[in-house]
Amino acid sequence: MNGGHMYWGFAALIGFGLLAPVAGIYPTFLMKCWCFALFACAFNLLLGYTGLLSFGHAAFLSVAAYVAGHTIRNLGFGPEWGILAGTLSAGVLGYVFGSLAIRRAGIYFAMITLALAQMLYFVWLQMKFTGGEDGLQGVPRGMLFGLIDLSDNTNLYYLVFAIFLAGFFLIHRVIHSPFGQVLQAIRENEPRAISLGYDVDRYKLVVFVLSAALSGLAGATKTLVFQLASLTDAHWHMSGEVVLMTLLGGLGTVFGPVVGAFVIIGLQNQLADKVGSWVQVIMGIIFVICVLVFRRGIVGELGRLLKRPL
Amino acid sequence: MFELLGITPQALYSQLLIGLINGSFYAVLSLGLAIIFGLLNIINFSHGAQYMMGAFVAWIGLTQVPQWLGNPDFVINYWAALVLVPLIVGAFGVFIERTMLRRLYKLDHLYGLLLTFGIALIIEGLFRDWYGVSGQQYEIPEVFQGAINLGFMFLPKYRAWVVVAALTVCFVSWYVIERTKLGSYLRAGTENPRLTQAFGVNVPLMITLTYGYGVALAAFAGVLAAPIFTVSPKMGADLIIVVFAVVVIGGMGSILGAIVTGIALGLIEGLTRVFYPEASAVVIFVIMAIVLLVRPAGLFGRER
Repeated sequence: MNGGHMYWGFAALIGFGLLAPVAGIYPTFLMKCWCFALFACAFNLLLGYTGLLSFGHAAFLSVAAYVAGHTIRNLGFGPEWGILAGTLSAGVLGYVFGSLAIRRAGIYFAMITLALAQMLYFVWLQMKFTGGEDGLQGVPRGMLFGLIDLSDNTNLYYLVFAIFLAGFFLIHRVIHSPFGQVLQAIRENEPRAISLGYDVDRYKLVVFVLSAALSGLAGATKTLVFQLASLTDAHWHMSGEVVLMTLLGGLGTVFGPVVGAFVIIGLQNQLADKVGSWVQVIMGIIFVICVLVFRRGIVGELGRLLKRPL
Repeated sequence: MFELLGITPQALYSQLLIGLINGSFYAVLSLGLAIIFGLLNIINFSHGAQYMMGAFVAWIGLTQVPQWLGNPDFVINYWAALVLVPLIVGAFGVFIERTMLRRLYKLDHLYGLLLTFGIALIIEGLFRDWYGVSGQQYEIPEVFQGAINLGFMFLPKYRAWVVVAALTVCFVSWYVIERTKLGSYLRAGTENPRLTQAFGVNVPLMITLTYGYGVALAAFAGVLAAPIFTVSPKMGADLIIVVFAVVVIGGMGSILGAIVTGIALGLIEGLTRVFYPEASAVVIFVIMAIVLLVRPAGLFGRER
C-alpha cells in the first residue's frame, strides 16, 4: 500500500512547495492554496476515509480564524500561540458538534452539521469581537517565536508551507495507522465494524475532532496570511467549497484534496475579474459534472491509469 | 402580565402572526423534502433554490412578460401564477430527475445531496447574474390589500391568505398520501420499491412524478412568499438550512409530523423574537441540538 510511487509523490509535492515562490508564482496566492489544501485534506479524512459527509466544516475554519485573530490582535498573543489557540478551539467545537452529529448517520449527519454551522454563522454575526459584517481586520502577523519576522512574505510562505506539510503528514500517518484502518472499515461496512467489536461512535468522534482541529489549523493560518477573519469563512458556501475541492481532486486519495484545492482556488482567481457572478455557476457545473461522470476525481483517475492508489 | 414583562400584546400577536407565516413556509417546504426523501432517499438540496425560482418566475410573469411581449395587457397575474409556476418549476424538477438524479440511485445517497447542491449553486448563480442581488418587489394582489380588524389586532388580509393556502396544500397532500389509492402506491413504493414494482406499479414513473410534485410544492411556497418577502436570489438558501433543521427535529417518517413541526417551530421562533430577540436566529438550531440529545430519531421519526 505504501509503495515507492508514494515517495515520488511526496518528493514532487515538497519540491513544488519549496520552489514555487522562487519560480515567480504570487506568494499570497500560494499561501491561500496551501491553507485550503490543508482544509481539504482534513475534510477528506472525514469523508474520504470514514465516509462521513460533513456539510458544516466552515464552522471549524471560522472559529479558529476568529480565535486566532482575536488572541493575536486584542490579547497580544504571538503568532504561534494564536494558531495554537485557534486550532484548539476548533477541536473543542469539533467535539461538541461531533457528539451531536454522530447520533445520526448519512444524510441526517450532513444536515445536522450544516445546521450547526449555520447557527454559528448567526452567532458570529451578532457577537461584538468578530466585527460582524466587516470582519476582524488588521490582525498583525508579528514575530514567530519572537525571532522570525512574519511580515516578510517569504518567511510567512515557508511557515505556511511547513504547517501544511505537518498537517498533511499527520493525516497520512493517521490513515495508515491501525486507527485509520478501522476508520476505513467503518466506511466500507459499518454494521460489520460494530459486530467486530469496535466502538464505532468513539472512532467517529475522534476522527471528527481531529478533522475539525486540522481544519482549524488551516483557518488560523489563513488569518495570519490575510490578516483578516471574516464571515465568508463561516458561510455555507465555504462548507460546499471544501466538498468540491475534495470531490474534484479525488475522494479518499492522499493527494487529491491538494490538487483539488489548487485547481479551485486557481480557477476562482482566474475567473473572478473575467466573469463576475458566473463563478458560482461554474462551480455548480463542476459539482454536477464531478458527481455524474467524474466521481473518482483527478487524482483518483490518475491512480487508476497508473494502477496504483495515490 | 404583559405590562410586567414590558411587552405589549400587539407586539406579541404580531410576532406570533409572523411566526405562524414562517411556520407555514417551513411546513410546506419540509413536507416537500419529506415526500421526496420518502421515495428517492435523497435530500433535495436545491429545494431552496426551487422555492426561489417559484418566486422569481411569478415576478417575471407579472412584470417582465408584458415587456417582452410589448403588450401591457398580457400579464400573468397572481392567480395564474399560483397554478402555472408550480407546473413550470415542477417540470424543471422532472427534467432534473430524468436526466441526472436517475443515474445516481444505485450509488451512495450522499451523491444525490451533492448533485442537488451543485444544481442549487447553478440556479442561484444564474438568477444573481440576471437580476442582481438587491431583490425585487411583487405587488400584493388587489383582493388582499388592506387588513381586517380583529378587535385586538389588525390582520393583513394577504398574510391570513398565506396561512390558509399553505395549510390547505399541506392538508390535501396529507390526504392524498394517507387516504387515497394513489397515496397507497406511494407508501408501498416508499416501503419496498422492488416489491411494489413486481405488483405492476410503474415505480420509476412514480419517482419522477414524486420529485416533480415535491419541487412544485417548493415553487408554490415561492409564489406565496413573493408578495411578503423580497424576491431575491438569496431568499432560498438561508431558508432551506432552517428547514433542514426542522426536518431533523421532526424526523422524516411522517407527513403530518413534518407539517406540525414546521408550524410549531415557526411559532416558537416568533415567541423568541418577542422575549429574547437576540436568540431568534438560532433558536431552531438550539432546539435541534436538544432533540438530538434526547430523541435522536426526531420527534415523529423512526430509525431506518
